[in-house]
Amino acid sequence: MDANQWLDEVLWQGEFVELTAWAEPGRPSDCRRLDAGRRVFDSLASVRPALEVARMSARVGVVTFPGSLDDRDAQRAIRLAGGTPVALWHGDADLGDVQAVVLPGGFSYGDYLRCGAIARFSPVMGAVIDAAAGGLPVLGICNGFQVLCESHLLPGALVRNAGLHFVCRDQGLVVESSRTVWTSAYDEGARIVVPLKSGEGRYVADARTLDALQAEGRVVFRYAEGNPNGSLRDIAGIANEAGTVVGLMPHPEHAVEDLTGPGDEGLGVFVSVLSSLLAVA
Amino acid sequence: MTRVVVDVLLKPEILDPQGQAILGALPALGISGVRSVRQGKHFEVELDGAADSEALDRVRRMAETLLANPVIEEFVVRVESAHAG
Repeated sequence: MDANQWLDEVLWQGEFVELTAWAEPGRPSDCRRLDAGRRVFDSLASVRPALEVARMSARVGVVTFPGSLDDRDAQRAIRLAGGTPVALWHGDADLGDVQAVVLPGGFSYGDYLRCGAIARFSPVMGAVIDAAAGGLPVLGICNGFQVLCESHLLPGALVRNAGLHFVCRDQGLVVESSRTVWTSAYDEGARIVVPLKSGEGRYVADARTLDALQAEGRVVFRYAEGNPNGSLRDIAGIANEAGTVVGLMPHPEHAVEDLTGPGDEGLGVFVSVLSSLLAVA
Repeated sequence: MTRVVVDVLLKPEILDPQGQAILGALPALGISGVRSVRQGKHFEVELDGAADSEALDRVRRMAETLLANPVIEEFVVRVESAHAG
């Protein structure tokens, strides 16, 4: 990879704001950006091979449905954790060579019928459901969690918040299980704060399912300091039996650095999956 | 052409905050004597042919896979009208 290729990739990833800060005033912006990029490229010479190896080693797909909102943030979180994000399109039944998939937040297909109900039957979800059965790690955040429940990759359902209000706030969570590929980097019982923003985030399932989830250690996240939406047993996130498929309503991808979130306590979700992928490889 | 109606309601044990909000608005309208309100969805499905048992099976399959989520909802299928066309 030469300076120009590297620069193309970095610019494509939306990091040009940081690069232009290096630039000298008074020159055409493209030149400034190119100069700045070359300088960054040179300054990173000693660590670049290690960065590239780490980033090339784990490719994590992020699905964009019509109405997805948080796909770019999820891609960014994967990059900050050291992975290579790969954009996947809802109409594409081929997952390519990705080693894990994130279903991001938003309002897929406008939340028509029920949240996630239409997305479940999209071509990409057919491929995700098949791959998940084969052990592919899948994370569903917010609308992605709803899609996972509608797809029956996770039990239960997400319904209208008790009290009807859309809840948007920084939410305390307890990491109840570190025995999933998406939470292995956390200590069990750790308390983290990440944004929650949903109107239909109330987790429900019948009592037998709830008992089973609890007994099998599949409750992954619980709301701390008050239940924001009436979720049964304060459940914020759950896993499948294998611990490879995890869904949660709060948004770890919005808490990956101090500048843009309440902190970086959500980054561990992405570090976890990358660690498990590297361990396997 | 035949019209088949599918009505979808949350199961009784699932909290229905929308129904509760409607119930809560009734006193302001001066309407009394209402014990509870549950909100659901009403689908009108028009068939090419008659609503024979095979066609109704198709509608039921559509209802349980797409129109309703059996984890939280129950549904009723009924034939509403049959007329030439």
